[in-house]
Amino acid sequence: MNTFLPYTLAGGALVILGLTGFILHRHLIRRLLAFNLTGSGCFLVMTGLAQQGQGVDAVPQALVLTGIVVAVSATALALVLIRRWYHLTGLTGLPEDIEPELQQGDNPAEGKTQGAPH
Amino acid sequence: MLSWLTEGPSLLPWLVILPLLWSILSLTAGQRLQPLIATTAVGLILLATLLVLLQWLQRGDHFYSLGDWAVPLGIRLRLDGLALLLLLLTSGITSVCTLHAGRYLQEYPRAKTYFWPLLAFCWAAMNVIWLSADLFNLYVGLELLGFSAVGLVALTGEKKALAASLRYLYAALLGSLAWLLGVALIYGHQGQLDISSLALTFTDSISGQAALALMTLGLLLKMAAFPLHSWLPPAHASALPPVSALLSGLVAKAAFYILVRLWLEMAPDNLTFSAAQLLGALGAAAVFWGGWMACRQQQLKMLVAYSTVAQLGYLLLLFPLTTGTGEEATRLAWEGGWLQLTSHALAKAAMFLAAGNLVLAMGRPDLPGLHGAGRYLPFSLLGFGLAGVSLMGLPPSGGFMAKWLLLQSALLSGQWWWILVLLSGSALSAVYIFKVYQQCYVESDNPDRFRQPALVLDLSALALALLALALGILSAWPQWLISTALPGGAA
Repeated sequence: MNTFLPYTLAGGALVILGLTGFILHRHLIRRLLAFNLTGSGCFLVMTGLAQQGQGVDAVPQALVLTGIVVAVSATALALVLIRRWYHLTGLTGLPEDIEPELQQGDNPAEGKTQGAPH
Repeated sequence: MLSWLTEGPSLLPWLVILPLLWSILSLTAGQRLQPLIATTAVGLILLATLLVLLQWLQRGDHFYSLGDWAVPLGIRLRLDGLALLLLLLTSGITSVCTLHAGRYLQEYPRAKTYFWPLLAFCWAAMNVIWLSADLFNLYVGLELLGFSAVGLVALTGEKKALAASLRYLYAALLGSLAWLLGVALIYGHQGQLDISSLALTFTDSISGQAALALMTLGLLLKMAAFPLHSWLPPAHASALPPVSALLSGLVAKAAFYILVRLWLEMAPDNLTFSAAQLLGALGAAAVFWGGWMACRQQQLKMLVAYSTVAQLGYLLLLFPLTTGTGEEATRLAWEGGWLQLTSHALAKAAMFLAAGNLVLAMGRPDLPGLHGAGRYLPFSLLGFGLAGVSLMGLPPSGGFMAKWLLLQSALLSGQWWWILVLLSGSALSAVYIFKVYQQCYVESDNPDRFRQPALVLDLSALALALLALALGILSAWPQWLISTALPGGAA
């Protein structure tokens, strides 16, 4: 038994909690928060698991630091996209049936604006 | 010169540094300087790729330790035949896309500002992935690649593109989390992350199995394997054509490349017969479902995007055909699988560029919009058709050589069911490609609205399509390159 085991277990719990939220929620911001929670869980598992029995290991801490930077950038990028999406559509989520809706809704519009193809 | 190639410093890090420098410079520089910076940067990266090729021919497979830190603390870059093939492919396709984008983006002044930095970023991330020999470095590479690809999809700022890019981003994030958790388990258990060191010590343990399962799941999501593919078609179809070409041609392959490194190089003994068959079955399902959905699409670029789902499915056949089969069957499958990746990368990039040109010329994104195109656009259609020849796997294209090798491997190893997949997949792709052609030769009563696309747009699509075609005739050198990296083959 050592002091690092609780960290690993807490990390595992956070991952499960976060993943559940990520899959169940539709609100984009909630899903983003769930992603951050899962990420934190992964980091805890990474530091906790590696230090069991071997004492303090600096490598996972460096890895987690990198991982935090990546997670911050991911959050920033997602927030920019979500804000723009909200301004354009007024929606806070991506309904799963948005695909056929968009296609049906856009076809006549695209027929009219022939000057701006993409 | 020769002594410099054998003894001089390795140029591997420059393949990552140069695109990153380009990215930063083009973010800070003004609009007017962009073409100059882009031309210089592409030139320098192509030169570096060429020099790396020459260095590899002189000294063979080698490692480069970043900052002279040795494994296990340091991070290594690794160059072998496979990495080299993908580096060459990336440099070739990306520079043609740059050429195409330089002209095409004149229509989209707003998108231009961020296109160049993101493209350079994407290039750097791909080179990181091809060269990485370290699981955590691969994580960083995957994330960078995902972010820049999402940014490129969202570039036009339109509703459809935004929805697609958000969906793409969430899929990518979920995939990387699964990968990261796997990395955490492996580091916790093994205490190191270097792939070739792990290959020596990787043991069959519960945490090892769990890590491999998590990482595989994450990568399958990222490479849009069958049940996890729904984010790919809208993302690839709603992006600008040079972006779609890059994403379908190269970015989608990065996760597959890592998957192969992971299973066949790091933990070959853990890949059981049934697991390999399962991966192959997912691939077969993708071939059928992607092909069927492509046949049903009404938008030209959605059709091409679903064809990517189908063609990525062929790649997964590499696993059942190299696991537990004889030496000869394994070699054939290995060469066929990577040749399929190469020829699909070239052909699909060409096809997306050509599809973009067709849409630009006809002014409508849907298939009936192509009516009458056959009278005006033989040049754009030629590019589309030549790419189609390779996708269908007709001789003498690269696609034919690849499928031929896979077919022989399936015959040799007695796994006849994959032959059915290969043949019916080709038939399905013939159906959706001829469907496009049929629309082009229908005459409509409406007055023609038609714009001739610039010559450079058509030429870039045609160049890639010709390369895909030539790959079938000149496949000896790429095949040799691939075979040098056969796992366990050299030993």
